[in-house]
Amino acid sequence: MSDTSFDAKPIENEAQFGDFFALLKPRVMSLVVFTAFVGLLAAPTPVHPFIGFCAILFIAIGGGASGALNMWYDSDIDAVMRRTQSRPIPAGKISREEAFGFGLTLSVFSCVFLGLATNWLAGGLLAFTIFFYVVIYTMWLKRLTPQNIVIGGAAGAFPPMIGWAAATGEITTASVLMFCLTFMWTPPHFWALCLFMRSDYDDAGVPMLTVTHGRPATRRHILGYTVLLAILAIALGFTQVGGTVYLTVAVVLNALFLKGAFDIYRRDEDMAEADNFAVERKFFKLSLLYLFAHFGAILIEAGLDKFGVAL
Amino acid sequence: MSLTKQHELHERRKTRNIGLGLTLAAFVAIVLGLTVVKISSPSFQMQPEAAANGN
Repeated sequence: MSDTSFDAKPIENEAQFGDFFALLKPRVMSLVVFTAFVGLLAAPTPVHPFIGFCAILFIAIGGGASGALNMWYDSDIDAVMRRTQSRPIPAGKISREEAFGFGLTLSVFSCVFLGLATNWLAGGLLAFTIFFYVVIYTMWLKRLTPQNIVIGGAAGAFPPMIGWAAATGEITTASVLMFCLTFMWTPPHFWALCLFMRSDYDDAGVPMLTVTHGRPATRRHILGYTVLLAILAIALGFTQVGGTVYLTVAVVLNALFLKGAFDIYRRDEDMAEADNFAVERKFFKLSLLYLFAHFGAILIEAGLDKFGVAL
Repeated sequence: MSLTKQHELHERRKTRNIGLGLTLAAFVAIVLGLTVVKISSPSFQMQPEAAANGN
């Protein structure tokens, strides 16, 4: 047998293990892991630590697989935008077919193994999340509507609900509200970034609210979603995952977040450019703390509950 | 020409091969761990006829 058949690819573009790992969008995966972990630990049903570890791992792999399928379908967009040009497919390291096979295999693997390790509601929810992100968001609505970020945010909001379902086998008000927290948080978080970062989505033909409806409309949308977010975030405090710690964090952060959204709403472009989008940047930074602190507070409540500490 | 151990293909794909090997080893460990945890749990019960047959 000749070994020349193995040398089809140029040597400098040989995909390494890290390139396949990059297909899983590791940064997005960290949010998935954290929120799924909180959902799992906040659930009233105790889970064996090894089963819990496996559940989080399979949810993370499922999230990563949907990222790989997203990169497979969006490789044309990724090749146009500067931010994504170095991703493995546009960089020529991994072919579209390889990415598709990799993503699909990991999708099936993660859902089946989550179902086997925990229960089929959790496995089914993970399958639905992957379907929602890849088919509904990536293939259908991302290039069709400026509300794309709202729809994409829904896919990213499922992990705490899956973690909860993995532990309890149920969908409850608390798990739905944990979903709503990330779902409603995503639009103001992302649109604030759009206001101060020049994006090349427009060159790639992806409709963004700042371009299709203008920046004043984006400011109104940020305020509207922030008001809805505040209502849902406070409501979560009155479910079984809430408590004094969560409500204190939620009241303080939602008051600050609402003030930030109102300040953004009141400004026009001249005011924003005069201070180099200081208010928008501050709001974006606060949004990162906002989500982390809310889920962190749920985690603290779960810890206090497990150790029998009442506040 | 036969494929030798020193072929540059091995060097080129070294991280892929090591990564894949470690991933497969982790997969085996996870399946083993899950099996041990599942059959050790109080809710695990063998089928009565299988238990009677000693299977």
